[in-house]
Amino acid sequence: MQKIIKISIPIILIFIIVVLFIGLNKDTNYNTNSLIGKKISKINLKHYNENKFYKVDDLKKNKYTLINFWASWCAPCRAEHSLLIELSKEKNLKLLGVNFKDKKRQADVFLNELGNPYDFLTKDKMGKNAVNLGVYGIPESILVDKNLTILKKFVGPLSSKDFNSIIEIIN
Amino acid sequence: MKFKLLLMILIFNFSLLHGAEKVVDQNTIHKNLRCLICQGQSIADSNSDFAQTIKLVVKDLIEDGRSEDEIYSFMADKYGEWIVFKPQLNKHNFMLWFLPYLALILGGIIIFLILKKRRNL
Repeated sequence: MQKIIKISIPIILIFIIVVLFIGLNKDTNYNTNSLIGKKISKINLKHYNENKFYKVDDLKKNKYTLINFWASWCAPCRAEHSLLIELSKEKNLKLLGVNFKDKKRQADVFLNELGNPYDFLTKDKMGKNAVNLGVYGIPESILVDKNLTILKKFVGPLSSKDFNSIIEIIN
Repeated sequence: MKFKLLLMILIFNFSLLHGAEKVVDQNTIHKNLRCLICQGQSIADSNSDFAQTIKLVVKDLIEDGRSEDEIYSFMADKYGEWIVFKPQLNKHNFMLWFLPYLALILGGIIIFLILKKRRNL
């Protein structure tokens, strides 16, 4: 009996130390990396100007698509815009802009001022479509291939490092 | 007469139970979903933009006839297990679920052995 207790106490202590060590070293920042590798099953985005919808089948036509959620009221969207303009010059990549919970007049001013990098422009007035893609704040960009697989997700404004990684993937 | 009365009670109870199963409480779901951009708040407690959007999507899913568990699965699929306050049992968290029971059983065995030893003395 004494022997069992003598063995079990150090085992329990080691177990607690290991659990605490793993727990304290774990990155607790929330991210949506779990979505990478998954397929997009549904999108139903209304065109920005027309009464049409951009759907999953439309994504299949592009080799690579970068879905970018933006709004005129979002300051970091301004910061990443020059990189989107650069990305729009890439042949293998199509840019799908999603104007998120925005007013059309202000969104038009934003695009007139900074340029329109998008091959397809849609809007998500209520933000419901963003939930289908695991978006929880903007700007957010999602790189998908023609098989609708999410290759990469960029939370926050695109950086030059993100830009380079996109270029690397699509070429 | 008694048989008819019994049958009526049974049918009434069955329909009540069946009806209760179908009701999906929106507030319960809101309370069990975490607001990802807030500090420890649920969707129900938060007035953030994100929480408002999630509430709209939950409403739509309920109207589509999805059950409570289906809604949690949908949200976990989009935002990861972190969004659900009560995560479902999976290979990553099975220890969390079973460790208390394991500790209880081991404790019981140790107490039993100690008592048995004392009795033998």
